[in-house]
Amino acid sequence: MRRPLLFALAFAFAAFARAGEVQVAVAANFAAPFTKIGEQFTAATGHVLKVSSGATGKFYSQIVNGAPFEVLLSADDETPRKLLAGGHGIAGTAFTYALGRLALWSAQPGLVDAQGAVLGSDKVKHVAIANPKVAPYGAAAMEVIRARGLADALAPKLVTGESIAQTFQFVATGNAELGFVALSQVAAPGRPASGSYWLVPPNLYGEIRQDAVLLKAGERNPAARALLEFLRSEPAKAVIREFGYGL
Amino acid sequence: MMSPAEWSAVRLTAELAAVTTMLLLVVGTPMAWWLARTHSRSKPFWAALVAMPLVLPPTVIGFYLLLLMGPHGPVGQFTQWLGIGRLPFTFAGLVVASVVYSLPFVVQPLQQAFEAIPERTLEAAATLRAGPWDRFFTVALPLARPGFVTASVLGFAHTVGEFGVVLMIGGNIPGETRVLSVALYDHVEALEFEQAHRLAAGMVVFALVVLVTLYVVNRPRREEGPA
Repeated sequence: MRRPLLFALAFAFAAFARAGEVQVAVAANFAAPFTKIGEQFTAATGHVLKVSSGATGKFYSQIVNGAPFEVLLSADDETPRKLLAGGHGIAGTAFTYALGRLALWSAQPGLVDAQGAVLGSDKVKHVAIANPKVAPYGAAAMEVIRARGLADALAPKLVTGESIAQTFQFVATGNAELGFVALSQVAAPGRPASGSYWLVPPNLYGEIRQDAVLLKAGERNPAARALLEFLRSEPAKAVIREFGYGL
Repeated sequence: MMSPAEWSAVRLTAELAAVTTMLLLVVGTPMAWWLARTHSRSKPFWAALVAMPLVLPPTVIGFYLLLLMGPHGPVGQFTQWLGIGRLPFTFAGLVVASVVYSLPFVVQPLQQAFEAIPERTLEAAATLRAGPWDRFFTVALPLARPGFVTASVLGFAHTVGEFGVVLMIGGNIPGETRVLSVALYDHVEALEFEQAHRLAAGMVVFALVVLVTLYVVNRPRREEGPA
């Protein structure tokens, strides 16, 4: 019950304080919506964001080794949990800001059918996925492939991007005919990617809970706390939904 | 002990570096000879073009290669027309990329070696009725031997150390495009630091041994100088 009061105080403090700055690490799949949310946040509070986007696993290594990030918007819930366990995050600040949606996408219009049956087609030479060892969207893609019973058939066709952004690039340049990407990458409002995609039914893969957490470096930065609070506000949620995430 | 997957990465890397170095010596020697001997006004342009991979970030080279060799790129359309398919995600694609990426490391030492051969030496050979090919193979090549050693070693070693370009166009396929540097990166990303250390230590030792050997072999030998 004391939390809302604390946040109200933080907001009030932020309003009176001079404009602050927040160093944010953002999972690659959330980079586009976060640009929009960041603009709204800066307009509303005057705080400036310094944003780095990339693979969540890489951010983990960097944060553990002293990177100056104050807020992490992870692609999973595992990484914030590990950061909290290791004392690199601030307890009680982690929450799920979005549920990731997986899409099977091709840059060729009409290639991907409504059931995703194209995945088993001989016409497809390469299927791009994010590295399942480090990227949650890659792990989810492997679950879908196994659920379809195609693990063995697709093994020689898989090409792995180091992050979901690189996976997108493999498909966008047409080098891989198909790829599992984040829905937010292909269904960006006002700028839909060309080609065709299948929105993978969520029952084929484990929920991709994307958690945000306040990091040790941001503990005393009111602007960092304000950003996390803003992420739960209605305007931010509207953007998150607009980009195809669940909430 | 190294796993079979890691040995496969080592073998693949050695194959890639060897094939790349051989191709570069074949392609780079005439380029270096021309650059060393030409009086053309366009020489600075071609020299700059050769040096470009030194300056450009590997990710830029990788991204443009991905576009060029892709289904809509001119190289991709050419290879498809030839019936050999597309190059990204294949060993052949890595070879092409490595040749581009390591080009200056082979051409520049060769060019310097050729430039160090005095014009008079070649003229003397000419007055003894040695034709251009004869002069090149029996006079220039032996005199440029240290340049060839340096070029081969640097070309090989630089290809072994290549990362950004391979990451961009390789697709990380075991046994096909997952070379050492990418396997190492994979381990680091997955927080498998023990395996990462093993590969990293191996590469550090390899680099040191190669470079020390190079400097020993290419030591200036005063006693062989003209009396």
